This record gives sequence, structure tokens and C-alpha cells, in this order.
Amino acid sequence: MITVALCLLAWLALWALNIRLARRGDKTARALVPLLFGLAVLVLWEGVVRGLGVSPIILPAPTAIAAKFTAETHTLWVDFSQTVLKGAFSGFFIGCGAAFAVAIAVDRSPFLQRGLLPFGNFVAALPIVGTAPILVNWFGFDWHSKAAVVVVMVFFPMLTNTVQGLREASAMQRDLMRTYAASYRQELIALRLPAAMPFIFNGLKIATALALIGAIVAEYFGSPTRGMGFRISTEVGRLGLDMVWAEIAVAALAGSVFYGAVALIEKGVTFWHPSQRGTS
Amino acid sequence: MRNLLPILTVVAALIALWYVAVVPMNARWALDQADRAGQTLSATELVSATMQQDRPRLPAPHQVAAELWETTVEKKVTSKRSLVFHGWITLRATLAGFALGTALGIGLAIGIVYSRVMEMSVMPWAVISQTIPIVALAPMIIVLSSSVGIEGRAMPKAIISAYLCFFPVLVGMAKGLRSPDAMQLDLLKTYGASGADAFWKLRLPSSVPYLFTSLKIGIAAALVGTIVGELPTGAVRGLGARILVGDQFGNPLMIWSALMAAAILAGLLVSAMGVAQALMLRRMGGVR
Repeated sequence: MITVALCLLAWLALWALNIRLARRGDKTARALVPLLFGLAVLVLWEGVVRGLGVSPIILPAPTAIAAKFTAETHTLWVDFSQTVLKGAFSGFFIGCGAAFAVAIAVDRSPFLQRGLLPFGNFVAALPIVGTAPILVNWFGFDWHSKAAVVVVMVFFPMLTNTVQGLREASAMQRDLMRTYAASYRQELIALRLPAAMPFIFNGLKIATALALIGAIVAEYFGSPTRGMGFRISTEVGRLGLDMVWAEIAVAALAGSVFYGAVALIEKGVTFWHPSQRGTS
Repeated sequence: MRNLLPILTVVAALIALWYVAVVPMNARWALDQADRAGQTLSATELVSATMQQDRPRLPAPHQVAAELWETTVEKKVTSKRSLVFHGWITLRATLAGFALGTALGIGLAIGIVYSRVMEMSVMPWAVISQTIPIVALAPMIIVLSSSVGIEGRAMPKAIISAYLCFFPVLVGMAKGLRSPDAMQLDLLKTYGASGADAFWKLRLPSSVPYLFTSLKIGIAAALVGTIVGELPTGAVRGLGARILVGDQFGNPLMIWSALMAAAILAGLLVSAMGVAQALMLRRMGGVR
């Protein structure tokens, strides 16, 4: 009981500190406040698990998860490279590349664009993860089928965003290009692709989250004896929840880093866009 | 309606592509069968053989349509083999998760708009929460809720779908609650309006258009969440479970028809939300 009270006290103290930091509101505070909040949640979690004696089968403490994480680094790395590096990444690049190519291919036909946009938006709202068992059936158990699921999942969000983005350049800008006697290709590269970049990166960001989801779900339907989805489903069966949480930590880390990397590239590429100018 | 013809063209092209793909995908099985029977197949025979297998690798569109018709219209609604029955299970969990996620999203948005600490500490984590693949959590949420003592699968599924759908609602609602400009807020202050008045009479009404736009995204996300919640967890009822069972029994038609049913359900839910949006905005005197 005392542990719980202590942790609640720590939570309140951190929250009070956060309030003071938020009043200052400068750059360091902006970075520090979410970190302290995360820390407070972890402290509370640890305190509740220890203080109330929650069984590790229900909820392991953060320290237990961290211990498992350091003890099983090798297994985690093998799973990570199977699921993320092989499955999610190759699917992500193939899917986004294919969607980009199709968007460029239909670029000259406004008719097809008008058909593809609403259709693609509709498909993007569908539960495409459901195709995972079919694709696992077609492409076998190894990472190829995971990549295939990821390709199908990221294709339409990426396609609609790119098509939408390619329409962004205003009539005035296009007219200017025409007065320069720019060819279609020159106009595309010099004007319309750069103008489409915010949309393309929006699609890429959506695709990062979908890629990890697709790769992990596909592993529930059959995989070699490694991979994050495989590990999670078997460890849940054995009630090894500390390992499951360690995998989730890896997934969260991978997802955030992946997303962060795309956001960073976006910042470099679309530095001119109003949404980027204000923050830096 | 201007887009109707282009959309139909795209759909028709996809269906044509699907039919073309059916032939090479199913050809090997048809050839093997003919080989065993000691026959050779002509090109037309081969094509027709690939279109009507019981367990094709890729079923033809008309097979899926027939299966869909059979399992929705011709089966009794209460039958365990009726997709209407399974769709209802999924729909129930989706709506529960949607309600939960919307409530959570709106609650957090109000907190974020009124409290700077909340904004600075919660918002980054809300973004990070969406980069965590929820499916990694799905099996565990189910184990967790059963060991805490919640019976059945409805609750864990609803939690998973709420997790997916709260984020768009949070972002849209926060944007909407901030949409009244300083001038309008000042006007209310000159009227001597309290903070609660400003919320009910200005901020909330002006957030409604934003809210409905995100609700449309949210309900699609909620359906995805429910199906993901059914997939890896050995559920026996629901559209996701149909996909799972179809996979285990090697019955592709079952998987495809469940997928189509899920797509139809998604379309219905999103358009229902669109109708609600139009009605609400008209009642509030908006023009769209």
C-alpha cells in the first residue's frame, strides 16, 4: 500500500513540475514535459504492480520488462530483422514505389484520376488486413507474404495522396511553366512533383504505421519460427507476458523511429511549406 | 455525379483485371486434374475450368458474388453460416468501440484545449500511440481482459477498435474547439459569458463540422480495429472470425465473401455518417 501511495505522490510531484514547466513554455520545456509525463506513467505502473501485487501473468512491471528486454536482445533482434527489415520495409518500398508509379502513369488522364481518387479513398477505408490469410496462402510462410500484405495495405493511401498532390500546383504556376515553354516532363519535375511533396509525405507517414501493422498481422497466419507477430502469439499462449511487452516495446520503438525518419526527411524536402516553416 | 462514369470505368477495369488474373492463378490445378483424367484441355476449356473450381486459389468475381448472395439472402439470419449474423456481431463491437473511442477523443480534446499541461504532455504520446502497431497488443488485450474477469470477446474487441478510432476524433475535435477566433471569444466576454457558456454556445457548435469529418475516418478505423481484433485471437463469431475459419478450413470463397461483406459494411457505415453529417449541418443552418 505504501508503495502505491509513494508512487501516487511521485505522480503528483511530476505533474506539478510539468505545470510549472508548461508555464515557461520554451523549447526545452516542450521536450521535457512529454518525457516527464511518460516517466510518471511508468512510475505509476510500477507502483501499482508492486504495491498491489499484480500477478506478472496479468501485467508485468516495467522493470521486469526491461530486464527481459536486455536478457533477450538477440531473439528480439532476430524477430525485428525478420518482421521489420525484411517484411515491412520491402513491402513499404515496393508498395509506395508502385503507387507512385501508377499515380505518375495516370497523371495525363484526368478521367482516370477522377475515377481513382474516390475509389482509392474508399478502398483506403476498408479493412485490407483481412487479405493477410489469402496472401500468406499464395506467397508462403516466409517474409515474402508479409511484404505482399504490406504492399496491398500501403498502395491505396499512397496512391490517392500522390494523385491528389499532383493536382496541387495552381493554374497560375502551370501557366508560368507554359510561358517558359516547359515540356510535360520539365513541368512535372520542376513544378508539380515538388508541389506534391507535402501530400506524398502525408501518404508515406500513413504507410509507415500500416506497414508495421500488416507485417505483424500476417505473421499470425503462419510464419517461420521467428518474427515479432509469431513471438507475440506464441508467448501469449505460454503466458510469457514480459516477452510480449518487450516485443511491443520493440514495435513501438521501430514504429516511432520509422515515422520520425520519414518526418525528418519531409522536413528537409518540404522546408518551404507553411506547416514546416513555423516550427523550426 | 460528375465522377460516376470515371469511377465505374476504374471499377470495371479492376474487375476485368481480376478475371484475367484468375486464369493463371488457377490453371495449375485445372491442368493437374485434366492430366490425372488423361485429357488435354483446349484454351477455352482451360479458362472455363479455372472459373468454377470449388477451392480456387483466386475465386472469380461471380463466384464471390454467388457465395455472398447465398450466405446473406438465402440463409436464415440467425444461422451460424449467415454473413448477416456475423456482420451483426462485428457491427455491434464496432459501434461499441466507436462510441468508446469518440468519447475518449472528445474528452481528451476538451482537456487539451483547456489545459496547456495536458496538451504538452498528452499530445506527443497520442501521436506515438498511433505508431505502435495495435495488432501487437491485440492478443494481449484479450488475455488481459479475460484474466481480469471480463467474459466474452465483445469488450476486448471494442477496446482495440476504440484505440484505433480515438486519434482522428481527438485531432479533429481539438482543431474544431480552437476554430472560433479571438474576436468571437472576446464578444462572448463582453456579454459577460462564463467559461461554460463559451464552451456550450460557441466552441462546441463551431467544432461540429470538424467533428463529423473525423467521425467518418473514425468509424472506418473502428471497423478495421474490430476485424483486427477478431483475426489473431481465435474468435468464432464475426466477419474477422469468418476469414480466420475460412483460412483454417482452406475455403477461399468463405474468406473472399467475408472480405466483401466487410467492405460493404464499411461503405454503409461511412455513408451513414455522411448522411448524419449533412442532416446535422443543415439543422445548424450551415450550407454545404
